[in-house]
Amino acid sequence: MATTADNFAPAAGHGGDHDHDHADHKPGFFARWFMSTNHKDIGTLYLIFAIVAGTIGGAISGIMRVELAEPGIQYLTWWAEFMGGAGDLNTALHMWNVFITAHGLIMVFFMVMPAMIGGFGNWFVPLMIGAPDMAFPRMNNVSFWLTVAGFFSLLFSLFVPGGAGPGAGTGWTVYAPLSTTGSPGPAVDFAIFSLHLAGAGSILGATNFITTIFNMRAPGMTLHKMPLFVWSVLVTAFLLLLALPVLAAAITMLLTDRNFGTTFFDPAGGGDPVLYQHLFWFFGHPEVYIMILPGFGMISQIVATFSRKPVFGYLGMAYAMVAIGVVGFIVWAHHMYTVGLDVNTKMYFTAATMVIAVPTGVKIFSWIATMWGGSLEFKSPLVWALGFIFLFTVGGVTGVVLANGGIDDNLHDTYYVVAHFHYVLSMGAVFSLFAGFYYWFPKMSGRMHSEMLSHIHFWTFFVGVNVVFFPQHFLGMQGMPRRYPDYTEAFTFWHQVSTFGYYITAFSMIFFFANIVYAFAAGRRAEANPWGEGATTLEWTLPSPPPYHQFETLPVIEDHHDYHDHRPASA
Amino acid sequence: MGQSLARVKIALLALLATMMVATAPGAAVAQIAAPSDGQITGTEGDTLGEAPRSAMPGEVVAGETEAPEAVGAYTPRAPTKGKGMPTSYEDGALKSMTFQDQYSKDGDYAVWMHDAILLPVITVISLFVLALLLYVVMRFNRKSSPVPSRTTHNTAIEVVWTIVPVIILVIIAVPSITLLARQYETPPADAVTIKAVGYQWYWGYEYPDHDVELVSNMLSDADAIANGEPAQLAVDNRMVVPAGVPLRIQTTAADVIHSFAVPSLWFKQDAVPGRLNERMMTIEEPGVYYGQCSELCGTRHAYMPIAVEAVTMEEFENWVRVQGGSMPGDEELADEAVPLGQETGVEVDAGSDDADADIPAP
Repeated sequence: MATTADNFAPAAGHGGDHDHDHADHKPGFFARWFMSTNHKDIGTLYLIFAIVAGTIGGAISGIMRVELAEPGIQYLTWWAEFMGGAGDLNTALHMWNVFITAHGLIMVFFMVMPAMIGGFGNWFVPLMIGAPDMAFPRMNNVSFWLTVAGFFSLLFSLFVPGGAGPGAGTGWTVYAPLSTTGSPGPAVDFAIFSLHLAGAGSILGATNFITTIFNMRAPGMTLHKMPLFVWSVLVTAFLLLLALPVLAAAITMLLTDRNFGTTFFDPAGGGDPVLYQHLFWFFGHPEVYIMILPGFGMISQIVATFSRKPVFGYLGMAYAMVAIGVVGFIVWAHHMYTVGLDVNTKMYFTAATMVIAVPTGVKIFSWIATMWGGSLEFKSPLVWALGFIFLFTVGGVTGVVLANGGIDDNLHDTYYVVAHFHYVLSMGAVFSLFAGFYYWFPKMSGRMHSEMLSHIHFWTFFVGVNVVFFPQHFLGMQGMPRRYPDYTEAFTFWHQVSTFGYYITAFSMIFFFANIVYAFAAGRRAEANPWGEGATTLEWTLPSPPPYHQFETLPVIEDHHDYHDHRPASA
Repeated sequence: MGQSLARVKIALLALLATMMVATAPGAAVAQIAAPSDGQITGTEGDTLGEAPRSAMPGEVVAGETEAPEAVGAYTPRAPTKGKGMPTSYEDGALKSMTFQDQYSKDGDYAVWMHDAILLPVITVISLFVLALLLYVVMRFNRKSSPVPSRTTHNTAIEVVWTIVPVIILVIIAVPSITLLARQYETPPADAVTIKAVGYQWYWGYEYPDHDVELVSNMLSDADAIANGEPAQLAVDNRMVVPAGVPLRIQTTAADVIHSFAVPSLWFKQDAVPGRLNERMMTIEEPGVYYGQCSELCGTRHAYMPIAVEAVTMEEFENWVRVQGGSMPGDEELADEAVPLGQETGVEVDAGSDDADADIPAP
C-alpha cells in the first residue's frame, strides 16, 4: 500500500505553511482508503486493483498456454479437482471454458478499463485541466467499489456450480443460449451480475468524467486547449455512457431468460439468439475503443514530451478520436459475419469497418510527425510508446484483413482473431499502460523508478508478447479454432512457440515488480518535472507527488496562441 | 433475391471500379481481371480435374435412372496428407504459416485476394511505419537533433495521409465486395441439399432429398490414427457429398449455437437454434476435407469435428443407396428406403425433436 501518502514530500515548492497544512490534511487510514473522495487516492486504488486483477488474469493465461503446449489434456483435470470439481474429462474441459471466460472478463473489465480510466483518468484528468478534484468525489468512490464488488462476484462464480463443473464457461461474450439453457447452476448468474456491477461503476465514472471535463477546466483552458489525454478520456466517457446501458439491458435479459422464464433469446418462445449478439456487440465494439482511446491519449502526451515538441496536428488528433468513437458505434456486426447476415448487410459492415482505418492512420502518422524534427530522449515511457506505435500498427492491419466479410469467413473464430485482438490489446492497450505507468509513476509516487529495469522490462516484454502472438496468425490461417483446449497434431509446433513466448513474457514481468520495489525502497526523489521542457501539461507544475488537495487557487491558462503549452503563464 | 442481389453487386462494383479507374487506372484493370474467370453459375463440370466424370448439375436427376440397383459397398476414402487438413511445421514450414490449400472457387478467389492484395498491403504498411520509426529514432534523437523544431501543422501532408489510406481501402473493397457477392450466389434449384445440425457435441447430417440422415461423432485418437486420419479431426460417419456440383448447405442447431466450418473449402456458417442458415458450396475435386466446430458450445466444443468427403456423382449415388436412401426421382425405391444406420438414426430423431419443432421446414 505504499502510495502517495508515504512518500509525500512536504513543502516542495508549494505555497506557505498554512497553505500547505490545509492542502495536505489527510484523513486516517480507513477513511482515506475505504471512504475515499480524493481523485488521486481513488486513482491509486484503481491502479493497485488493476495490477492485482491483471496478475490473476495473466496467471490464467499461463495456465492456458501451458495446457496448449502439447496436444491432449495435460493439466486441466488437476485444475478441475483443484477448483472443487470432479476429476473427469468433462469437468476438465469445462474448466478450460471457465479459464477463457475468466481471462477475458478480468482483462477487459478489471484490468484494462480500471487502469486506463479509473487509474490514469482519475489521477490525471483533474490535474491536467487544473481542477481540484472530480466533479462528484463520492460517486467516484462508489464507482471504484462497484468495480471491486463486480470482481468479487466474478471470483465467487468460479466456486459455484456452472454446468459440468464450477464456474461460468460461456466465454466473455456470454452468448445465448449457451449462457441460458446451456449453463445450469448459479455460476453464470454471478458472472453476469459481475458485469452489471462493473458496468454500473463505469457508467457512474463516465458521467463523472464528462461533468468534470465540461465544467471544471481551469480558466482559459478551452476544449481546444485541453491535453489530448483529457480529450481521449472525454470521448471514452461518452462511449461508456452510450454503450454500457445496452450491455446492461442485454445481460439483464439473459438473467430473466435464465431465472424468470422469459424467452428474449430462446426461439422456442419467439426469441432470437442472434438478437443477443447484436446487443452484445453494439456494446462490445465501442468497448474495444474504450480500451484503447485513453492509450492513444497517453501516447500523444508521451511522444510530445520526449520529442520536446508539441503534438503534430492537435485538432486532427482530437477529432480523429471523436471520429473513431462515432464510427465505432456502427460497425458492430463485423463480429458476427458468420451468423447468417444477408449479403448487403455484410457488404455494409465490411465497408464501414474499413473506414475506421482512416482516422487510426491519421493518429499513427501524426505521432510519427510529432517526433519528426524533434529531439528524442529515449526514456522508458517513450520506448514503450514507440513499441506501441509499431505493434498497434501490426494489430491494426490484421484488423483490415478481418474487416473483409468474405475473408473473415475463414478466419472468424480462429487464432488469427486471437492474434489480432491481442496485438491491439495485449500490445496496444498494455504497452500504452506501461508507457503511462513509467511516465507518471514519478509524479504519483514522488520516486524515480529505475530506467535500466524499465528498459529491460520493455525489451523482454516486447520479445515475449511477439513470440506469443505472432505465430497465432499462422495457427489461425491453418484453421486452429479459438477456445480449444486440445488440437490435432499439426498445430503443435506453433503452439509450442507461443507457449515459450509466454514464459518470456512472464519472466519480463519480474522486472516490472522489481522496479516498483526498487523505486519505493531506493528510488531517487522525483522533482516536480523529471522529464524536462517537453512536459508542458499542468500536472508537471505541481510537486511530485502532488499535494493532497491541489489547485486551491485555480491556474489561469493564458492564450499563448499555441494549443500545446498548458502551463499557466506564471509557471 | 438472386436478381436484386446481382443488381446491388453490379451497382457497387461499377461504382467502386469507377472510383478506382479515376485514381489508379493500371491497378484497376489488374484487380478486376485477375482470377475472376466468370461467375459461379452452378456448372462446374470443367473444374472437376481428377474426378472421373464431369457431373453437370442438371444430371443429378437424370443420371441415377441408369443403374438404380447397383448398390456396391461403400469404402470411405482415405485422406490425402496436407489436403483438407492443417499442415504441421515439420511437413512444410511455409505451408504451416498460411491458409490451407483451397478446393472451392470462393476459396481460390479469397486466397488470391489475401495473398495478392491484403498481405502485400499490410506488410508494406507495417514495414513503412517501422521504417519511419527507425528513421526518426536515428535521425531525430537528442544527439543528432539537439534543437527541436516547432512544426505542428502541415496541411498538405495531413491531406495526403488521409486520402492515401482511403484509396488503399477502396482498392481492397473491390475484390472484397466481389468475394461476398460470389459467396452469396443463390444455389440452383437442383443443388444437392445437406442440412448440418449441430448438437452438443456432434453433428447430424440430413439429406432431405435423399432420405438419408446420419450422425457424425469424433473418433478416438487411437481409432483415427489406426485409420490413417488426423487425430481429433476424424469422424465415424462423414458428410459425403458429390464433388463438382453445387451443394446447398443448410445449418441449424438443436441446443446452443455451433458453427459449421471447413477451412479448406473457405466455408463457415453458424448453426443457430431456431434459424436455418443456407449457403452454396461447390467442392472442386474429390477428397476428404476436415473442419471443426467454430462457435463455443460447451464442454466438448473441441471434440465435434467435421469431415466432408467429396466423391464422384456415381460414388455419391452408391453411398446414398448403401445408407438406404434414394436419389431424387426414383419414387419406386423411396418406399423401401429404411432410415439408415439404426443405432445412430434413433439418436438423431430423439435428439432433434425439440429442434425440429422450432425450425421451419427447409
